[in-house]
Amino acid sequence: MSFINTLMNGEGGTFKPDSQTSLQKIALRMVIFGLIFYLMTAVEGMIMRIYQIEPISQIEPKQFFAIMTAHPLVGIFGSTYNIVFGAFLFLVPFLMKKPIWSIKLANWTFLLITIGTFIFWTAGFISHYAPLYTLYWPLPADFEQFSVVGGTIFILGIAILMVGAVFFVINIFKTIMYTPEGWEKQPSRSLLASALGVSGVENIFKRKNKRKEHLVSLPVAAIARGTVDVALNSGIILFTGVLILVYMVAAILGYDLKESAIDALLYKNWFWWGLDLVADGLVLIFVAGTWYLLATLITGKQLFMQNIARAALLLELVVSWTVWSHHLMSDQAQPGFLKVFSGEMVTAFELITQGLAFFIVLATLWSARPLKMTNPLKFLLGGLLGFALAVPAGIMQADLGLNRILHNTQWIIGPHVHVAILIGLSMTLYSAIYILLPILTNGGKWYSNKLANIHFWGHLIGGIGMGAFMGMAGLKGMLRRTIYFEGEYNLYMILAGICGALLLISFLVFFVNIVMTVGINGALGIFKKSKLDTREALPA
Amino acid sequence: MVDSTLVLNGQTIAYTAYTIAIMSIMAWFAVAVTKKGKSTIVKPAIFYVWVGFLVVLGVSLHIATAHTIPWKHMDLNRAEITADKTFDISVENHKYILPSGKLIIDVGDKVMFNVRSNDLTYGFGLFREDNSMLFQMQVVPGHLNDIMWQFVKPGIYSIRSTEYSGPAGIQMIEKNVVVVKEPENRPAE
Repeated sequence: MSFINTLMNGEGGTFKPDSQTSLQKIALRMVIFGLIFYLMTAVEGMIMRIYQIEPISQIEPKQFFAIMTAHPLVGIFGSTYNIVFGAFLFLVPFLMKKPIWSIKLANWTFLLITIGTFIFWTAGFISHYAPLYTLYWPLPADFEQFSVVGGTIFILGIAILMVGAVFFVINIFKTIMYTPEGWEKQPSRSLLASALGVSGVENIFKRKNKRKEHLVSLPVAAIARGTVDVALNSGIILFTGVLILVYMVAAILGYDLKESAIDALLYKNWFWWGLDLVADGLVLIFVAGTWYLLATLITGKQLFMQNIARAALLLELVVSWTVWSHHLMSDQAQPGFLKVFSGEMVTAFELITQGLAFFIVLATLWSARPLKMTNPLKFLLGGLLGFALAVPAGIMQADLGLNRILHNTQWIIGPHVHVAILIGLSMTLYSAIYILLPILTNGGKWYSNKLANIHFWGHLIGGIGMGAFMGMAGLKGMLRRTIYFEGEYNLYMILAGICGALLLISFLVFFVNIVMTVGINGALGIFKKSKLDTREALPA
Repeated sequence: MVDSTLVLNGQTIAYTAYTIAIMSIMAWFAVAVTKKGKSTIVKPAIFYVWVGFLVVLGVSLHIATAHTIPWKHMDLNRAEITADKTFDISVENHKYILPSGKLIIDVGDKVMFNVRSNDLTYGFGLFREDNSMLFQMQVVPGHLNDIMWQFVKPGIYSIRSTEYSGPAGIQMIEKNVVVVKEPENRPAE
């Protein structure tokens, strides 16, 4: 097959979009836009890497900070939410062998997340609205520095996106609980109790012969528990958005509301509680659930210590509601009890819950050796390594003594955040994409294993290297969220920039591989309406 | 009180050793899991030992730092400690307003910095001449932001905002305004 033919029709012409169900198409649409947003995030990241070596004269500082504001939001919400929600909207019906509750709502999830991301990104790009994702009060309402109209559109974009997330939550729980037409009545409450872990907790207090069976599989339970955090987080961000909008609309109408009406520290606690439901909640729970699914799919074996894994997911959910104070260890008005209990002690539980998941996955893989080093396996191992590196880096930061000299340095954003997201989270997602693409395309074949290998090594070395060099600069005092004009940390920033370039190149290699796998016609076909009239995950 | 550089050096060594170890283990696992051999079920006992190890590790980090990093105890109990010197600083319009042009401190002094913001959330950090950080805290409007620090050796420090407060905040640097001297050099009051 010629190169042009493969480019147009995909590897071996094996992918036929006409054979896809609506759900397969929606999942792939979300993956495609998730990857486009990832590319935007990577390009933005690269611009910032260059800027930290030598500020680019064509980009003013306010544009730089607008990029810094958009970068994590596009990465987490535009890219990761799209990919993860797309995968889970497919996987819940697929694993439960049950039609999805609503195809329409799934489509709206995709549209709202995608449109919302484009809106806030464009508003930030044009108006330079840049309060960063932390939105520390009263910065988002500082209209001496930021355009009120630009800010209003920006916040509206985020709100639209969050409505998409709420639709996802509704669809996931309805799919778990509802009774499809023509089916025997489903035990909705018991299904919900099993998914959330209530029945599992009850089992602890029951005799062995009286214990209830788990009605939903472990990966579905993980999706449900992470989805609880999605719901809570969406509520917090929507509420905060409305609060900021009140100030913005008032300013547009010519009223100057008192910013001091909002207590900045209380707001910071509230907002970090919500943000941490992403960073220390749904991300960790979804990742652990995805690891378990991948380990069982790769080995074909049962998960090692299944019941403990289930319990750990529930523990992780509870932990995620109580760890936010590790972000406020440098806030001197924050009560000492919260700093020590929530900030240090509860946060240390994340070492335990992630450590358990890490061990369980390795033990499951070990039980099936010898395994072939497939792309899903190598990326899964990369994902495990990412969290093994990033979680301890975060635990160190969540110590009152060390936080005093690490907070807001490049240490936190390098070895902790970027290694967790780029290596831990992204490599887990890549593993899922490598294993799920043939299922979503009804037998589509990957174009090139060589390109997949380049993608793997480029991403692994680039991601760890970038995190490491940022961390070294952080230990030497380099702050995040600022600009250095004198080249104070040039050695580290040049090395981090080289690693960032490697990351971008490896992503482009992956993008070529995926385009050549589905072909341009196939990619366009994904966006055409399905010819199959079904809400099932797979064609009959 | 030990200097924060010493703590950072210790952290660098510990974390570097850990990263080398975990990357080596993963590399070994990747090779071993693909090698021909008997598939073995890991014994639950090993799993529980691992759980115990994680618990000990998670808790011991904070216990160890509580006993080795002196400013941790001082920070939590600063309300009960009498400061040798107190500086009241305010911040407004992305500018620090200092009580005097230079903040002169004697080596060994326990110094309290009270910082108030009249508008946005800022940061307050002291940085050495080589740009490395001595310490920092957040400055939240509407609240008292105070930090106590004992200076153990002579030096000149700059004050710099460690929190983003909009693009205007990047210039929030007061160069070389904190001077720590040996006590015999104390200027006449």
